[in-house]
This record gives sequence, structure tokens and C-alpha cells, in this order.
Amino acid sequence: MAKLNMVQAINLALHEEMQKDPTVVVMGEDVGIDGGVFRVTEGLIEKFGSERVIDTPLAESGIVGTAIGMAVSGLKPVAEIQFEGFSYMTIDQLAAHASRIRYRTRGRYHCQMVVRSPYGGGVRALEHHSEAVATFFIHIPGMKVVIPSTPYDAKGLLISSIRDPDPVFFFEPKKLYRAFREEVPEGDYMVPLGAGKKLTEGDDVTVVSWGSMVRVCQEALEKVKDISIELIDLRTLSPFDEKIIINSVRKTGRCVIVHEEPRTLGLGAEIIARINEKSFLSLEAPVKRVTGFDVPVPLPKLEDFYLPDPEKVAQAIIETVSF
Amino acid sequence: MPRQKILDMSVDWLSILDVNGNVDASLEPVLDNSTLEKFYRTMVLTRLYDEKALKLQRQGRMLTYGSCLGQEASQIGSAYAMKPEDWFFPAFREHGVQIARGIPLKLLYMYWMGSEDANMTLPPRNFSVAIPVATQILHAVGAAWAAKLQKQNIASVVYFGDGGTSEGDFHEGMNFAGVFKTPTVFICQNNQYAISLPREKQTASRTLAQKALAYGFEGIQVDGNDVLAVYSATEAALLKAKSGEGPTLIECFTYRLGSHTTSDDPTRYRKKDEEEEWRKKDPIKRFRAYLEKKGIWSQAYEEKTLREASEEVEKAVEQAEAYNPPIENMFNYVYAEITPNLKEQMDELLKFISGKKGG
Repeated sequence: MAKLNMVQAINLALHEEMQKDPTVVVMGEDVGIDGGVFRVTEGLIEKFGSERVIDTPLAESGIVGTAIGMAVSGLKPVAEIQFEGFSYMTIDQLAAHASRIRYRTRGRYHCQMVVRSPYGGGVRALEHHSEAVATFFIHIPGMKVVIPSTPYDAKGLLISSIRDPDPVFFFEPKKLYRAFREEVPEGDYMVPLGAGKKLTEGDDVTVVSWGSMVRVCQEALEKVKDISIELIDLRTLSPFDEKIIINSVRKTGRCVIVHEEPRTLGLGAEIIARINEKSFLSLEAPVKRVTGFDVPVPLPKLEDFYLPDPEKVAQAIIETVSF
Repeated sequence: MPRQKILDMSVDWLSILDVNGNVDASLEPVLDNSTLEKFYRTMVLTRLYDEKALKLQRQGRMLTYGSCLGQEASQIGSAYAMKPEDWFFPAFREHGVQIARGIPLKLLYMYWMGSEDANMTLPPRNFSVAIPVATQILHAVGAAWAAKLQKQNIASVVYFGDGGTSEGDFHEGMNFAGVFKTPTVFICQNNQYAISLPREKQTASRTLAQKALAYGFEGIQVDGNDVLAVYSATEAALLKAKSGEGPTLIECFTYRLGSHTTSDDPTRYRKKDEEEEWRKKDPIKRFRAYLEKKGIWSQAYEEKTLREASEEVEKAVEQAEAYNPPIENMFNYVYAEITPNLKEQMDELLKFISGKKGG
């Protein structure tokens, strides 16, 4: 079995799905000849041709809006938005149409499509190239939102997303694109949407995270080895796996949520609300959040202060356990 | 290095029937009598449907409604140029196209009375109404593109207004269609107003049709109150699209005789005289005159057509008003499979309702 990084794992998923299903098309800015600015779509155009791997004009609403028309007519488009900071232009087409075509037509039409985009900070990039924007899309009923944290999950989750009958926004943590390799099998496997994963078992505190912050949490765990921590990688943000969190908090009585997205109304807030509704009496301490601040992501000279890091997470864990 | 003209482009105007129903025989499309009768019947039915909708709205029996009064030629002429297998993407004023495409009146009323369930049984390749302006243009381009990739010999036709040509999605859609030569026909019903904003404040371009030229394909302006001109232009554009020659923009030069919607008061932004001038160009009146000259129309025919249309409208209203959507439909179609969270929310509502009934 080959050891692949996340870029290679996603690329493999695209190759295999396009091979298996002739209705899958890949489209976006520079996804063809160039293979994508992160090389995620490398080699696809050579194998599947320019009718199925489409270099589009530079227009994000145009990409997503035409993908919707394709999806309604039976293709399965996988559209790339080159950077998350340009995903705002897609919100109209996703919120006003993709997410509600099934609803508006009561199932007469539906919109099976994936929008992929890199996201997140820590790569010392320009403005609009270091943002965590998933919250916007979580708030759209009818959309699904997925963020992998490992190459293995990236492949399995992307295959599930392409096969899912509803529109999925698939965010790829660009800091983890080439951060590490792991064994990624060739061939078909799916990681189910809506299912989180327990990365460690523990009794003292539950830590919930996703995307590039999972790595940050894993590093934090090394700093507080004497505390028994249950680390959960949520993997799908909408619909999210409430059960895995509630069951864990019922056991540990304590919870820390770590996300890169800004704090106010971030998914952490909803998780806390669900914990209150479903496991209030288990709580031994207030649920803590370590998140991006409610400010625009600063340029690299201040970016490290913005992002949650292992020290911040370790401190939050200690405070929660010693409350 | 001389400075010289490198581009010379022009836009045609097409008109076949004048306001008195006189036909330009050299341009007259070849249509048999039963087809001409079908055009007329659908134009009349659309007008009655529309009048009834306005009445129902005033009585509080319908939602806000955008009348298509005055635009029947633009809509019915273009609709009948399409084949059933062609894609149709409406904005929200295309009642005439929907009727011509065979969507039952009952479903149209059901939607505007406030239920998405009306869309559950839309005939194939008829898309649902798009309320956000111009957003549907991209869907039509995507559907046409898909047809091309899947080697289906069909086209897609999309409708929007003069206001829509200012939206980014219009320009992105036109550009994609030009680049990928998609079999798309863009029907711009230039009804002279985007709510209150007159056409000349929407764009400095002399025509809307010419915008196609910037994207590398043909634009044509037609008399939008002339059903034969609209039919001919659309038929030609569809033939062109299906033979791989790419998209066309058709600007139907028409007039919205009614208000933007039932929530709008046009006396705030336009003069009665102007409306009266356009009333003289009524698309149905002119087509009727043409049919009379051809010996198709008679007073008896008119009465029969009106009576039948009126009965159809009344029956559809009755059926639509009898419909009550199940509450579960509010939750059941968000995703292919209801999520645990939505199931909980649905149960919460159903429990609340049954509690109220019990109390």
C-alpha cells in the first residue's frame, strides 16, 4: 500500500471516481492543463480529456452556477474554488439554488455536486488565502460540509461526497496538504458522511476538532500526557455527528472545542448548545472554546497569534480539567 | 502602424406582423392553421390565467404575483419554438411559457398560492421558478453544456428581463456559453422596466441584444409583441444551437402592461400615456387581426376560445385551492435522507401541534 500525502490521496480519489463513473466531471480555474494550483487535479486532463476536466473562465459564481445546471441534467460535477477567500461569490448560487433545488421541487430535481476548496491558515499567504470559512456554508440548510484531517479520510470522504445525492462543500486543509503521509489504499472505500471519529479514548475531557486543528490538538495532547483525553475528529460539519460528542461528554463531563473559524456563531457554539440540551447534567465544567478570533485573519506577521496552537489548546484542557 | 477599425458589428431587428396584423410575407413562418390556433388559444389562456391570478391575489387567496400582461407574444412565441425535450429555465414571470410547455394550470396556481409541492410533478426538463434575478442563467448554460457533453441533441432556453442583464450571473453565463459554445438560447424579455428603473438607466448600451457580441455570439432584437417574429427568431436560434453553432441572445422588445408585482404601484414611475401607447401594440389584438385576415378567427371562434379557457382556469383554481401540503414536507426534502437533527425538529413541531389540538 502506498504512503500518500493529502494532495495525492484526493487526486487518487478523483482519478478513481472519474474512471468508475463517466458522469463525474471536474471543473474550475486552472484544474486542467495546470493540474490545479496545488496540483490536486494533476494528470486528470491527460487521462480523461478536456470535456471532463474543464478549465473554466475565471468566475466563481459561473463555475458553481453552471455546475448546478450540469447536476440537474445528470452529471456529477466536482467544482474547484481555487482559494477559500473566493468562495464568497459561490454563496448566492449555493444558498439560493444548489441547497434547495431538492426542497423547492420536492425531489423532482436534485443537485448532486461537490465544491472543493482549500482552506485555512498557517501557510504564510496573502490576504484571502488563509481563511476558515466553513461556518458560512454550515448555515445553509440542504448543504453538507466536510473537512478531512488525514490523507486516508480525505480520499474516503471525497468518494462519499461525490456519491452523495446532495450538494457537498468539501474543504481541504491546505496546511495539511503535504504535512504528512499515511497509507492510503487504492480502490474503492468510503468514509461515511455525518460520522465523526474517536482518535483517542479518554475519561477526563472530550476534545472536539476538525481539519488542520486536529493536528494541533494531537500536539497539545503530547503536552498534557497525564490527562486522559478523548479526541474526536468531527470530519463532517454538516450534518455533524452529535451522538459521538454527547456520548463522550456523558462519560467525561468536560469538553473543549477547537476550531480555526471565528468564534462567534462558529460550530463550537452549536456544539455547546447541543451539549446543554442533551448532557447538561453530566457537565462538571463549562465547555471551553479555542478558536480563531472574531477578526479578519491577519497577515503572517500576526497570524500565529490568531490561530489556535498546541499551547493554547493545552492550557484550555488544563483549565477545564481543573475547574 | 496605422490606427484602424478592427471590429465592425451590428444587431438586426426582426418584425413580421405590424400592429394591425399585416404580415411581411417574405418573413412569414410556415405554420399550419391548427398551430396558429394553438398559439392564439394559449395566448388567450395565459391572459385569463393572469387576470384570475391578480383577482385572487387581491382577495388574499394568492401570494405576491408578477403579471405577464402584454408579454404573451414573447412567451408563447418562444415557447412553441422549443421541443418538449429542450430544457426550459424560467425566471418568475414566464406563466405563458409554462402554460405552453404543458405545465398544468393547477400546479401554477398551487405554487403561487404558496406550496412548493406544485413542483413535485413538473414535466421533464421544465425547471422551477427562480426568484433571484438572473441566477437561473447559469443553470441553463450548465444544462446545455451537460447536453453537449452527453451528446444529446437538445438545447436549453432561459428567460430573464432587462434588469437581469446588469447582474454578474448574466455576464458569467453569457461568457461561459460563448467560450464553450453551449446550445443555449437566452431570451431577454425587455419589458422596459426593472420594477421602477427604466431600461435606459439599466445600461448605456443602445440595445440589450448587442451584449452578446461582446461574448462572441449573435444577438438579435425582435418585436416582442409579435408572436411570429419571436417564434421565428427562437426557432432559428434553436436550430443553430442544435447544429453545434452555439448560443444566441434574443432581446424581445416588449412592455409590461401591468405592475412589476401585486406589491408595486407603477404610477410612481411611469405615465399613463406611455401605457396607453403600448396598449395599442397589444400582442393578442394584433395576432387576432392576422388570424382574421387568414380566415381562422371569427366572433364565434373567439367566444368558444374564451369560454373554454375560462372553464379551464376556474377548474384549476378550484383544484389548487383544495390542496393542503402535509407538514412533514417542510422537513422531508431538505436532504435525500432526513438527518437526525431535522428528524428531531420535525418531531418537536408535530408534537407541539398535536398538543395544541389535544388542548
